[in-house]
Amino acid sequence: MTYNRSMPVIEIENLSKSYRIYQKQEGLLAAVRGLFSREYRDVEAVRSVNLTVEQGEFVAFLGPNGAGKTTTLKLLSGVITPTSGTARVMGHIPWKRENSYRRRFALVMGQKNQLWWDLPAQESFRLHQEIYRIAPEQFDHTRDELVDLLGVGKLLRQPVRELSLGERMKMELIAALLHSPEVLFLDEPTIGLDVIAQHNIQTFLRHYQQLRKITILLTSHYMKDVAALCRRVVIIAQGQIMYDGSLSGIVDKFSGHKVVTLQLAEDHVPVDWSRYGELLDVQSPKVRLKINRQTVPEVLAHILANNAIEDVSVEDPPLEEVISQVFTEAGAQADAKDAARQVAATK
Amino acid sequence: MATVSTPSTTPSELSARLRTWWIILRICIEERLVYRGDFALGTLMRFLPIVTQIFLWTAVYSSVQTSTETAADPAGQQTVAGFTRDEIIAYFLLTMVARAFSSMPGLAGGIARSIRDGSIKKYITQPVDMLGFLLLSRIAHKLVYYTVATLPFALVFYLCRGYFQELPSAEIWVAFIASLFMGFALGYYLESLLGMIGFWFLEVSSLLFVYMLFSFFLSGHMFPIGMLDGFAIFPGSSWSWGDLVRILPFQYLAYFPAAIFVGKIQGDELVRGLAIELCWVLMFMALSRIAYHRGLRRYSAFGG
Repeated sequence: MTYNRSMPVIEIENLSKSYRIYQKQEGLLAAVRGLFSREYRDVEAVRSVNLTVEQGEFVAFLGPNGAGKTTTLKLLSGVITPTSGTARVMGHIPWKRENSYRRRFALVMGQKNQLWWDLPAQESFRLHQEIYRIAPEQFDHTRDELVDLLGVGKLLRQPVRELSLGERMKMELIAALLHSPEVLFLDEPTIGLDVIAQHNIQTFLRHYQQLRKITILLTSHYMKDVAALCRRVVIIAQGQIMYDGSLSGIVDKFSGHKVVTLQLAEDHVPVDWSRYGELLDVQSPKVRLKINRQTVPEVLAHILANNAIEDVSVEDPPLEEVISQVFTEAGAQADAKDAARQVAATK
Repeated sequence: MATVSTPSTTPSELSARLRTWWIILRICIEERLVYRGDFALGTLMRFLPIVTQIFLWTAVYSSVQTSTETAADPAGQQTVAGFTRDEIIAYFLLTMVARAFSSMPGLAGGIARSIRDGSIKKYITQPVDMLGFLLLSRIAHKLVYYTVATLPFALVFYLCRGYFQELPSAEIWVAFIASLFMGFALGYYLESLLGMIGFWFLEVSSLLFVYMLFSFFLSGHMFPIGMLDGFAIFPGSSWSWGDLVRILPFQYLAYFPAAIFVGKIQGDELVRGLAIELCWVLMFMALSRIAYHRGLRRYSAFGG
């Protein structure tokens, strides 16, 4: 099957990856025992994931640590082979590691340095020109464009080890984009950066993606990255996809309530607010209540009819709170499943 | 080498590869030149042991002269394992040259580290072959080293010219140089193979230490391997340590080139020796290639 541009760029079907992890018991005796026989535990890092990404999409992977986000990126960039299932990126099976595939994508890991530490970044760029077989005119043009966009012209001749973390990340991005990859995998590109550097990288990524219409998969812990960049969000927890849709849709799907803030009039008589909903806090004259989404109109009407209220606002709960709740619930579900499996196994 | 198998090697493909190799070489040379001071000092310090060697062997031979059991060569000079004192000092000077080709400081440890810390991913996701890349970077290291070390080497050899009888014939020169280059290749593939054990065992530093120790004794770096002939492998065995060492590949890292130059290996024996060395090089080349593929398979199955 040959790939053409009308087909999805990334197609993942029932992709699973499990690792065997050595279980170390506590204590010296156990350590000695471990020399002879070892216990292993299977960890399912990715469980039957199905995902399709179209050309030009900017997709964010959200999930707690160990959810399987990085594992998925490693699978798609061919670093690891799956236990079962298939994936195609631009028609290539990533873990075959064909040069024809490797010249068309790039992987940037925020915590790994791919540049030559002791040399100026421009030397690493030259090396990339050769290993990716970039024509000289195209190389000059792309490099100048990227350097310009990121504003790092003055730093090209400085050894990489003397750059700040943010500057280094910019150089990493340039190195990764020199060969104009059609697909870009970004694993925590803004990790450890200050707010300004984060913002610069976001602005660059958004601009570059709109300009080149490339497909980008991003993992990040910073909700701001995601909110700024991605229309589509995939939530992964315990190796499974919990949600695939827009950022705002997360709240609609996972949060069953709204936060209502009431500003009371000065002559207000004290009331037991907890009969209307969960009382979040009282900071006179303000009261915040968590109210079931379906009953908001009805409850609000009742409150307004019976109390002296000066102002009302109805809001969705903060996104981060909803997402962390989704993660916690997914974790609890998985733990319950594991426990059930263990019980079944011991019977 | 720098790019993994591509189905056809057209002229433009070949020139692209050559250019890639050249750039890798150039960048590696630049990188080596960053730490000039450390490098120059390290290079010069390597010449110190030769002074102790000269004193040591002069003492050994003068004590041997007073005892009666040792053999004398036709000219009446004392020999130990077939070497006169002058020959043995010449021999040690030459093993220094051989080691300058075959030693690979940090290669195996570096590969093992890149496996452990995950920086080996670079070679998996980018269209570049690790073994080819590291080979070029080693060539760069060596080129820089020779440039800096040629002058001190020349000076030491000039000062020690009295220990050399006469310059060898052209054929011996050719064989000597061939054995040096093959020694480089053998050292490279042997050490990279060791480093790739890191795919299977996370910590390989003790293993590397054992290897260093063995290669020090068995390569002839410490003494000519003929001196091991008198020692049986185990009591009563007709096999000596010398016999064992002659079938191992380590001797090509130091003993073999030096022994060629001082004329201890000649004629058929020389041709056979070079042929066997070539076989070792090809074998370790193949083994490290296999280990790399197997290792990557394991790496990508287990973690990454």
